[in-house]
Amino acid sequence: MLLNQFLLLSAILFTIGVYGVIVRKNGVLVLMSIELVLNAVNINLIVFSTYWGVAGQVFALFTIAIAAAEVGVGLAIVLLIYRNLRSADIDELDEMKG
Amino acid sequence: MNSAALIIAEVVPLVTPETTFDVPANVVFAVQAVVMIFAALRVVTTKNVVHAALWLVVVLGGVGLNYILLQAEFVAVTQFLVYLGAVIVLFLFGVMLTRAPLGVSDDLDNNQKKIGIGVGVALLAVLSYALIESFGRSELTFAAYEGVAGPNTNGRTQAVSDAIFGQYLIPFEMLSLLLLAALIGAIVLARRD
Repeated sequence: MLLNQFLLLSAILFTIGVYGVIVRKNGVLVLMSIELVLNAVNINLIVFSTYWGVAGQVFALFTIAIAAAEVGVGLAIVLLIYRNLRSADIDELDEMKG
Repeated sequence: MNSAALIIAEVVPLVTPETTFDVPANVVFAVQAVVMIFAALRVVTTKNVVHAALWLVVVLGGVGLNYILLQAEFVAVTQFLVYLGAVIVLFLFGVMLTRAPLGVSDDLDNNQKKIGIGVGVALLAVLSYALIESFGRSELTFAAYEGVAGPNTNGRTQAVSDAIFGQYLIPFEMLSLLLLAALIGAIVLARRD
């Protein structure tokens, strides 16, 4: 197996995730796009762990744990936005616009 | 880890004498790559929030399959447990609690689609140019652990746990602190006073 087939797959996933973060309006969907980005990074870590030893796997495990924490706090924030605005559209948070 | 430094010095040129091209693994990779890319596109384009969460299941499962192909079985099982078990359920709870529109809704995207496509294409072009330029057609060797090339040398759970509880013990403890902070933070944020 080539190294690049995994790396290119993860680059495509990363790009799709970035597109989702830019385009999506609903807070939950933005968090899902962020998950795509984090998983793309994890594929990279695992691929390079085949070259540089188990450190890549250790850091992938750390990333998984941090992503779980991020989803928990992120969903709490989205819930708070919903409670204050009666909608989960993060585009409505424009109070800091001049 | 002196041996790791030696291995880095050996492996950095990324030249391998023997090929590790094996057809079944490549067929599995091709199929799941196509499925994953399609599912990821559906996650960011579908007009149904619940469907987006379910397409995300396909993507996360495909990522776990990638880990198995790369012989990182422990990380793969963790991926299945944490992501498919916990994170998706959290997302579905989030969909439910924010009363997201169930069923088809046209109000999920903003009007930045052109910017998004432009940024995406530019990013993908830069990333693939850099990757192809620097790694070319180098093969995976699975030679990192003990410098021995061959199957079953990447995913040794014993080595992973040795690293976590040896070299990376302090980051691991910090991680448990972070999880505690996230737990308290989520409760404090979401609690109704």
